[in-house]
Amino acid sequence: MSVDLEDAPSFPVPRTVPYQPPESYRQISSRGPLNKVTLWDKRRVWLVTGYAQGRRLLSDPKLSADRTRQEYPTMAPHLGAQAARKLVLVGEDPPIHDIHRRLLNPEFSLKKARALAPRIQELVDGLIDDMLAAGPTADLVQSYALPIPSLVMSELVGVPYEDHKFFQAATAGVMQAREPAETEAAGAQLAQYLGTLVERNLTEPGDGVIGRLVHYVQAGTITAAELTQLSMVLMIAGLETTSSMIPLGVVTLFAHPEQLAAFISGEVPVQTAVEELLRYLAVTDFAAVRWVTDDIEIDDVVIRAGDGIVVSSTMVNRDESVHADPHVFDISRGNRQHLTFGYGIHQCLGQNLARLQLETAYRTLFARIPGLRLAVPFEDLRMRSSGTMQGLESLPVTW
Amino acid sequence: MTRAADGPAPVPSPDNGRIRVRADRERCIGAGLCVLTAPEVFEHDDDEGLVIILEATPAAHHRDNVELARRLCPAGVISVEPA
Ligand code: HEM
Ligand code: SF4
Repeated sequence: MSVDLEDAPSFPVPRTVPYQPPESYRQISSRGPLNKVTLWDKRRVWLVTGYAQGRRLLSDPKLSADRTRQEYPTMAPHLGAQAARKLVLVGEDPPIHDIHRRLLNPEFSLKKARALAPRIQELVDGLIDDMLAAGPTADLVQSYALPIPSLVMSELVGVPYEDHKFFQAATAGVMQAREPAETEAAGAQLAQYLGTLVERNLTEPGDGVIGRLVHYVQAGTITAAELTQLSMVLMIAGLETTSSMIPLGVVTLFAHPEQLAAFISGEVPVQTAVEELLRYLAVTDFAAVRWVTDDIEIDDVVIRAGDGIVVSSTMVNRDESVHADPHVFDISRGNRQHLTFGYGIHQCLGQNLARLQLETAYRTLFARIPGLRLAVPFEDLRMRSSGTMQGLESLPVTW
Repeated sequence: MTRAADGPAPVPSPDNGRIRVRADRERCIGAGLCVLTAPEVFEHDDDEGLVIILEATPAAHHRDNVELARRLCPAGVISVEPA
């Protein structure tokens, strides 16, 4: 395969339709599974759009997630900030990555997530009660999508929900800032807040993840600063993704009424529908960003030491060699062969919890508010223009 | 070393359809796709949240799900061979 290095289109490009890749992505992937693209800072990196290639590369130990290195591609200006570069777990390579991951794994198993199901249902029902009482209109982003993961993560991690305005703004600040200084400030505030919380848990362990992990600090396995950073990564990763995904899924169902009907009638199980929404929407747009520590040969191409690699979940999830009619939204497809949660050692720690929240959010919304519909024309919906996470600015609905 | 896209090649079908399933806990990252895909065969232990095998030689009808779990496992730690 030959790669035309002279022609490296811009990446990432914002979506205009919430559930469709920009036209340029389709053009890039029609040329083959490995292409070069140009980032905002003019750097050229590899963009992977093939499922097999994505999996193969993401399981290669020659890929590094170390963001403190200058070889690590910066996907947007604000991500050059220290606060976005020095991230535990997501930004670590083995062996330290695996040590940290193993501390957290027991908290995020499928069994643990399922044990939280009744509580998540209760929290979601409470939000619907509030919407129905205030209705018959609401902004689903503010009244539903933001509070769900915020309530769930605050209980799970052990962060007081009364501070939700602060930590929602701070996590959004880290992820959606336009400039490095904003990300830096939001990151510093969040670290300070969570640091105080960790200190408090050291003397009086609470019943969240922080409280359950403080004994590792006392035993000297990790430092208090590391526990602070781990809880910071959990809050950032857990809030922004899920809160962006909920409205995207709702609007995708609205735009496909016959599928929505099959979802509401129960003809298609909610788990199956959520898996297709995850595949189709690829809310993070790209599943992973890495740099290469040593030459890798793949499909007759040599990826050189020091090169940057971005795996496009948006396009990998629409690989024709994996899915028939990949651009068709079909909630009965039920195929987990997507990279929405990434692949390899960094594959999403919170995926069981994410699936459960999404299932509960969609099922409860349409079951408890019959006749739910958009309150504005579809064309008026705006995608957020800040950050790389795909999300709607607002989602006005009525019933 | 890079693994092939879908891990090792699938095993040829043994006569009785029975298979032997192994998983390397040392390299498991606890993502849980195996538990989600073939719950009769895989489970997470409570202490470490890592894979445990409930049925090392599952009946033939679990074969497809086990094979899918092997292919989905993000750490490539599940292996399947004829029993
Ligand atoms: C729809 C929701 C979600 C999506 C699409 C998503 C997506 C992802 C992706 C693509 C990665 C891999 C990043 C990489 O390889 O560089 C990842 C990692 C991670 N996710 Fe999620 N995520 C979601 C929800 C959550 C939730 C609810 C949590 C809650 C704790 C979470 C915690 C994490 C953590 C801690 C990592 C880093 C794991 C590691 O480096 O070992 N995510 N996620
Ligand atoms: S899918 Fe693989 S990594 Fe995930 S829990 Fe199962 S064995 Fe472990």
